[in-house]
Amino acid sequence: MSLEKYKDRNIGNQNYKLIGHEAFPQTNGEKFERVMKRMVKGELFVGLWVTVRTMFEALFKGQMHTTKYPFEKLPISPRYRAIHEMLRLLESGHYRCIGCGLCEQICISDCIRMDTRYDENQRKEVSEYTINFGRCIFCGYCAEVCPELAIVHGPRYETSSEQRASFSLFEDMLTPIDALKHQKEYPGFGAVSPNADENIKKTPLAY
Amino acid sequence: MDALIIETVVKAIVVLLVISALAGFGTYLERKVLAFMQRRLGPMHVGPFGLLQILADGIKLFTKEDIVPQHANRLIFMVAPAITAATAFIALAAIPLFPEFTIFGYTIRPIIADLNVGILFVLGAMASGLYGPLLAGMAQANKWGIIGSARTAILFLSYEVVTGLSILAPIMIVGSLSLIDFNNAQAGGVSDWMVWKQPVAFVLFLIAGFAETNRTPFDLLEHEAEVISGYATEYSGMRWGMFFIGEYANMITVAFLASLVFFGGFNPIGFIPGFLAIILKVSFFFFLMLWVRASWPHVRPDQLMWLCWKVLMPIAILNILITGIVLL
Ligand code: SF4
Ligand code: SF4
Repeated sequence: MSLEKYKDRNIGNQNYKLIGHEAFPQTNGEKFERVMKRMVKGELFVGLWVTVRTMFEALFKGQMHTTKYPFEKLPISPRYRAIHEMLRLLESGHYRCIGCGLCEQICISDCIRMDTRYDENQRKEVSEYTINFGRCIFCGYCAEVCPELAIVHGPRYETSSEQRASFSLFEDMLTPIDALKHQKEYPGFGAVSPNADENIKKTPLAY
Repeated sequence: MDALIIETVVKAIVVLLVISALAGFGTYLERKVLAFMQRRLGPMHVGPFGLLQILADGIKLFTKEDIVPQHANRLIFMVAPAITAATAFIALAAIPLFPEFTIFGYTIRPIIADLNVGILFVLGAMASGLYGPLLAGMAQANKWGIIGSARTAILFLSYEVVTGLSILAPIMIVGSLSLIDFNNAQAGGVSDWMVWKQPVAFVLFLIAGFAETNRTPFDLLEHEAEVISGYATEYSGMRWGMFFIGEYANMITVAFLASLVFFGGFNPIGFIPGFLAIILKVSFFFFLMLWVRASWPHVRPDQLMWLCWKVLMPIAILNILITGIVLL
């Protein structure tokens, strides 16, 4: 397929087709003729038929479009960007974040704040990690930049809360340790491959 | 004499209560039917199938603050909704709602007053109901209200001629203005129905009835997209509710009129007893109003006037002439 079609910026005359307009009546005689034509054409009854057909389809053929929201929820895309989650390593249960600070740097609304320190084993540990959800625009940059796939967007989109802080601490976002086996891999951009389990190796310290 | 007075008062109270309850139920039905026609569910959560929504709305309307705007004419502003509601119920007084029936050896005729000018009385009372919107719109010191009442005047000037003329031909055939006589004239089963003799008059009457009850496609008075809420813009709480009780009572009245004058009234059809027959007919006309509202766009005020005066009135007069010639 050539690109010419897409390069043509002269929009308005290539793919549009004009719907046939009948000529607007000029004289009174023509107006009267149009009224009479419309009277016998039964267009009004077509309208009635459409609505009543819709009603029967909705009632008896399961074409009702309403989702009873708090009770039913529509499926969301795996790439939906809602409240962040901090994931754990599947095998050791330790949080994945290595404290590199990339997410803090890239955040365009400047809402991630983190701090790190050395723990007793001289490994870097995350001492503070918060996201200000009053400012976050859910752009997804933090999840994309993270080298460890530690911060991802979860499916939690019902974000009304009495306090701003309710979602935003590291512990709130971190997968609870007892729910580790339910932790789903992030299937979106930059995610590990579906057969990541086979490729996983023990960390050297385990030997 | 005393018995008559007591009976009439009891009947009046029963009609008032039942019809205002039905008017409330009508709002529920309207929401449900419109919702189904748009693939929605309508009220669902208050009570079974959302039925108690009516009650919730009632509580809301009754407990809402009753606001009278600052520059409004207080007296007229407060009286106007009562006019609409009252005339709607007054119109019902001359309508035979059901066939006669007997309770405890006492024969009851379910009509409050069998006037010999019944149909004129009903149409007149309903027409005077439009003073409600007219005065309400002018009294509230609000430009949308003024536009609403101007449209009321247009509506009134347009449809009233058609209502009168369209109903004239059936009156000529029956030779009486009493609705009971209308009913009895069509006692011979479906083939006796007036609508077969006067189809044109029926269509005209239906169109005028839609205008009379201020329903789509002639809902000019309070069409939100154009005039916010028209005459009801400044109203809140129960005063607003009274307009709508009046509107729904009018819808029921027009449905009764159409079934009595053109569709054989409360005469039994085959095995269907009379009271059920009229309930079915009235329900159908009520449903038709909702159905039309879901389907058709509404017309402009000038189009309504054009339609009524230049199309419907000549047809109505022709219809009367032809009926007269045939009767002679
Ligand atoms: S989603 Fe965007 S705005 Fe929100 S924390 Fe991540 S980078 Fe910042
Ligand atoms: S980018 Fe990932 S690994 Fe780096 S600090 Fe943020 S969450 Fe932790």
